[in-house]
Amino acid sequence: MTVAPEQNQQGEAPPVPEGHVRLTIDGVDVVAPKGEMLIRTAERLGIVIPRFCDHPLLEPAGACRQCLVEVEMGGRPMPKPQASCTMAVADGMVVRTQRTSPVADKAQQGVMELLLINHPLDCPICDKGGECPLQNQALKHGRADSRFVDVKRTFPKPIPVTSQILLDRERCVLCQRCTRFSQQIAGDRFLDMLERGVHQQVGTSGTAAIEGAGGTGEQSYFSGNTIQICPVGALTSAAYRFRARPFDLMSTPSVCEHCASGCAQRTDWRRGKVMRRLAGEDPAVNEEWNCDKGRFAFTYTTAADRVLRPMVRDDRSGELREASWTEALRTAADGLLAARKKNGVGVLAGGRLTVEDAYAYAKFARVALGTNDVDFRARPHSTEELEFLASEVVGTRLDDEGVSYADLEAAPAVLCVAFEPEEESPIVFLRLRKAARTGKTRVFHIGQWRTPSVEKTFGELVACAPGAEATVVSALPLRSERADVVEALRRTGSVVLVGERAAEIPGLFSAVVRLADLTGARLAWVPRRAGERGALEAGVLPTLLPGGRPVTDPDARAEVELSWGLRPGALPARPGRDTGAMLAAATSGELSGLVVGGVDPYDLPDPRLAEEALRAADFVVSLELRHSAVTAHADVVLPVAPAVEKSGSYLNWEGRQRPFGTILEGTGAVPDCRVLDTLAVEMDADLFTQTPEATADDLQRLGVYSGRRPDTPREPASAAHRPGQGQAVLATWRQLIDNGSLQDGEPHLAGTARAPVARLSAVTARRLGVVFGEPVTVATERGAVTLPAAETDLPDGVVWLPTNSGPSAVRRNLGAGHGALVTVTAAPTGGEA
Amino acid sequence: MNATNGADGRDARVGPVTPVLTKRWMSPRSWTLKTYEQLEGYTALRKALRAHPDQLIQLVKDSGLRGRGGAGFPAGMKWGFIPQNDGKPHYLVINADEGEPGTCKDVPLMMADPHSLVEGVIITAYAIRSHYAAIYVRGEALHCIRRVHAAVQEAYRAGYLGKDILGSGFDLDVVVHAGAGAYICGEETALLDSLEGKRGQPRLKPPFPATAGLYSAPTVVNNVETIASVPYIVNGGSGWFRTMGTEKSPGPKIYSITGHVERPGQYEAPLGITLRELLKLAGGMKDNIPLKFWTPGGSSTPLLTAEHLDVPLDFEGAAEAGSMLGTTAIQVFNETVSVPWAVMKWTEFYEHESCGKCTPCREGTFWLAQVLQRMLRGEGTPEDVETLLDVCDNILGRSFCALGDGATSPITSAIKYFRHEFLELCEKNQPALAGAQS
Ligand SMILES: Cc1cc2nc3c(=O)[nH]c(=O)nc-3n(C[C@H](O)[C@H](O)[C@H](O)COP(=O)(O)O)c2cc1C
Ligand code: SF4
Ligand code: FES
Repeated sequence: MTVAPEQNQQGEAPPVPEGHVRLTIDGVDVVAPKGEMLIRTAERLGIVIPRFCDHPLLEPAGACRQCLVEVEMGGRPMPKPQASCTMAVADGMVVRTQRTSPVADKAQQGVMELLLINHPLDCPICDKGGECPLQNQALKHGRADSRFVDVKRTFPKPIPVTSQILLDRERCVLCQRCTRFSQQIAGDRFLDMLERGVHQQVGTSGTAAIEGAGGTGEQSYFSGNTIQICPVGALTSAAYRFRARPFDLMSTPSVCEHCASGCAQRTDWRRGKVMRRLAGEDPAVNEEWNCDKGRFAFTYTTAADRVLRPMVRDDRSGELREASWTEALRTAADGLLAARKKNGVGVLAGGRLTVEDAYAYAKFARVALGTNDVDFRARPHSTEELEFLASEVVGTRLDDEGVSYADLEAAPAVLCVAFEPEEESPIVFLRLRKAARTGKTRVFHIGQWRTPSVEKTFGELVACAPGAEATVVSALPLRSERADVVEALRRTGSVVLVGERAAEIPGLFSAVVRLADLTGARLAWVPRRAGERGALEAGVLPTLLPGGRPVTDPDARAEVELSWGLRPGALPARPGRDTGAMLAAATSGELSGLVVGGVDPYDLPDPRLAEEALRAADFVVSLELRHSAVTAHADVVLPVAPAVEKSGSYLNWEGRQRPFGTILEGTGAVPDCRVLDTLAVEMDADLFTQTPEATADDLQRLGVYSGRRPDTPREPASAAHRPGQGQAVLATWRQLIDNGSLQDGEPHLAGTARAPVARLSAVTARRLGVVFGEPVTVATERGAVTLPAAETDLPDGVVWLPTNSGPSAVRRNLGAGHGALVTVTAAPTGGEA
Repeated sequence: MNATNGADGRDARVGPVTPVLTKRWMSPRSWTLKTYEQLEGYTALRKALRAHPDQLIQLVKDSGLRGRGGAGFPAGMKWGFIPQNDGKPHYLVINADEGEPGTCKDVPLMMADPHSLVEGVIITAYAIRSHYAAIYVRGEALHCIRRVHAAVQEAYRAGYLGKDILGSGFDLDVVVHAGAGAYICGEETALLDSLEGKRGQPRLKPPFPATAGLYSAPTVVNNVETIASVPYIVNGGSGWFRTMGTEKSPGPKIYSITGHVERPGQYEAPLGITLRELLKLAGGMKDNIPLKFWTPGGSSTPLLTAEHLDVPLDFEGAAEAGSMLGTTAIQVFNETVSVPWAVMKWTEFYEHESCGKCTPCREGTFWLAQVLQRMLRGEGTPEDVETLLDVCDNILGRSFCALGDGATSPITSAIKYFRHEFLELCEKNQPALAGAQS
């Protein structure tokens, strides 16, 4: 805090630092940075001025007038009290708040009384009661009773803004925080102000009484934040409304398990049940925001199909039956030992593990199974990606090469390649938008159409056919019409962000590395899932041991052997199989067993192959939360704890550690690392991963690789497929809110998903005989997806589908991915083919 | 209302009422370009285009012309705030929203002599280096919008607008924009938002329009009458302009007189004229029923009484009398009118027109209107009078823009001079003598 230091002996105040001013607030001398609003300066002195519309992350509005103070400038009192949230500090200012100025105090009491005349007295049933800024400040700064004896303004209540967000307009104090959040932060105009005077209200085009407006309102992925910043109970969620009182809840800091943004959260729970989640405060990461998935998608842990007891497949009936841990672990150990002996066992670990659990899988594979057949990539992946991760990503640390959120905000230019920020990493999206809106950051996107991410980051799109990204990136420095992109990236601090879709485009990672080298831009990988970066560092890859050590480097292996207490030469020296190769090997019998941790086969590039592999493998052990397509084939199912029932940490896309503690204690659920540790003991191997803490220590002891980094990938850029008669090239990626199983059990959230549509350009539609608004069928020889067609600015010959939304299960139904050739036909009306 | 033109001199028994702004109003088809040109129209423009823009700004500064939209801000100084050579477009916006209750001067001016406004616009735009001007006309004044529109079209055809005006190399486009009838859209920043297609609500200042106005570019917003005065200053010079009015409030001014007078209408007079003199021009009180109260500049200016007949009606004189000059909209009420009733009507106006952005005005006007309505129903109590005053105290100087301040003026001034009428309403517990006959 920059409170002015004491005056020196001569009675002179020390000089004010450059860019600062000196003023007094309630008689206290204070030095403040230029431009700081009075309300903030006062706050730093511990003087809290009541406020409603003010929010440090929103632009000042000065609307509620609750924060009035008296101000004297140059010895002259200003004639009216001033809003301290809109008035910046100035040299020599004398400020008197409610604590020392009767005028300010009366003004504040007056505004408070006015705010309350139309506010209902329904605090006893209002969700906000107990944590309500209006309630708290009215008690602190308001009159004990109201002089208002006339008729209050009322509204029918509540109106649903979306399936999730409800609005009680009579509770609203019209501070415009929610509408300013929508406009400024999220950029989706989810809410806006309507009408005027005392009839002014928050609403959407759907709630507007304007004749013919008839809209349905704007969709938003960030709508829950409006509830959190509402200073009254006007905005509530269908999920939490009337479920609890804040003073009956326990609040525990937590970290979001949904994506690699790594939001700090707060989890509110009682009696063993999570009641709600809120965005936590972390200025370096999510500031004070989160996305609706992070906020609302937590009921999956209480789904009816949750696995709570170990299960083994009954020899006679062929069905899974509950078993004791002892029996299940024994059965699993025997089966795995036999399979190891035969043709070996592979480990599919999934991308949602904590660092600790991931490390346990990595160690289990090497120590208990003696293999490098281990991969966390339960999604399309490539060898080129492996090389990229090993040479460019693993081991980069925030304090040196690593790119951070702050770096994005300060970057002169950011290029997003095969990455859809709003859908794949919502907080990265918010930061890019902020950088572009308030700073001078230019955001470029290499993609297919002007998506909401492009629009809302004020982005410039370099459009190409799906599959042509690598060619386009390679050609950027050569094409004079795109010289601006390269020029912008050359400016110090520029960043290239590459997403997981790049693994579906041969040559793209190589091209991106070359572009970064050429321009000096820094490079960061933004995976979708929360566990991927951690699993990379933990060595859950066929070519990397923990700490980014290449399995092929004898020194690296020796380090690990020493640390793990293995005999020299115990670690396999040859790179293992990746996910796809493991599945192929299992199908052909070259691999006898599989250990699968939290993998949904329908997320894999070829779900049919995955199912065949699970069927063909001699022995399958599944570590799972809920019954799935994997448990359906598993010989032993071992239940594991969801994030809320264990401790651990994630590494977000920056590589930043996001540790969290157990929220729901004593549920009996155990983390993967513990299950694997015990299983290993049954197999006569020691992992020392009994607890997440012990596991973290074990990993810590290993340290990171200090040897030579593997070479960067050098894969030639591939060209996009050329569609033939009746064909198009498929562009596809996942929507933030979709059919993902971690969103199960939350219908209110599901209702806020973007409506699934098949997108294509007018020219393509005409060529293929497709009519916009009518159903269109996209098919491969494996199956078909039918969705309404929507006109979009896609390149010609391209059709876009959401990967896993509504009826559009692209991998499961089409067995295809981004860049594949598909046939497109106008569907006869009446549903899915 | 039959717009009686008091400026033709025949009624003038007081003051040097040589008509300036209204001098063409009685001419046949005064609104046409032809008439305008016959009566010195567009001569000032030719003169102005030969001058350096900075000379024009200086001229207007020297003339002492003050804004006629209500606040009386010196026009030349406002123009001088526009940053030059900043590489941004500059805009001139004419505030023709004329919403202040009782105000009826801009619409008649635009009806009778729209070209004087257009000529003023061109000269002003040239002075501030703007190539785009908008005239934001109150939406309800449909025929006025058409007339200004027609004048702009005529001016385009005659080469006064468009490219290379009169061979000077100066380009200017003028758009006539119809508002949607919201009082708040007369507030200059709400007007700018409305012009940009947004909901009309006042903006946070700073930045002021001179640095970030329309589309965030430097913008001058001036009232119709302010700009229509400019051609006369260019032709007559600042010294001539200063021969009228007072030292601090120079120039001629259109006073609109409504209510209980014999001949309501627009009366042009030098600033500083008194109500007593104006009443003479307007033929005196209607039916000789004595004056009870009046507003010097619309309902947002505290009302005055018969005691104030000799207050000089310029910015300083009105302020000294505890009121404001406002828009020189003089509303005259005789003895038959109940003060609380009139105040309730005005308050209902403010409640209806509050934009809703800030708490004091939105909630305060809603409350005040209900209290007054209740009092007028005979259900008030003496405490209500104190509540009215205290609520006004919590609005005045606490609201976001001056609309809220204005809403308190009728109430506080009425209670100041006519408290007994409010108290009587409460005691007798019966409806007031509604001034419905007016
Ligand atoms: C609520 C409110 C309504 C106003 N309405 C008008 C109006 O109708 N016409 C006008 O010229 N000025 C109006 N003003 C004043 C303008 O904000 C602004 O001061 C004026 O247009 C500046 O022009 P001037 O300097 O030429 O007077 C209004 C101000 C407020 C606060
Ligand atoms: S005082 Fe406040 S509510 Fe009233 S018009 Fe101005 S900003 Fe809107
Ligand atoms: S908090 Fe300052 S005006 Fe609302």
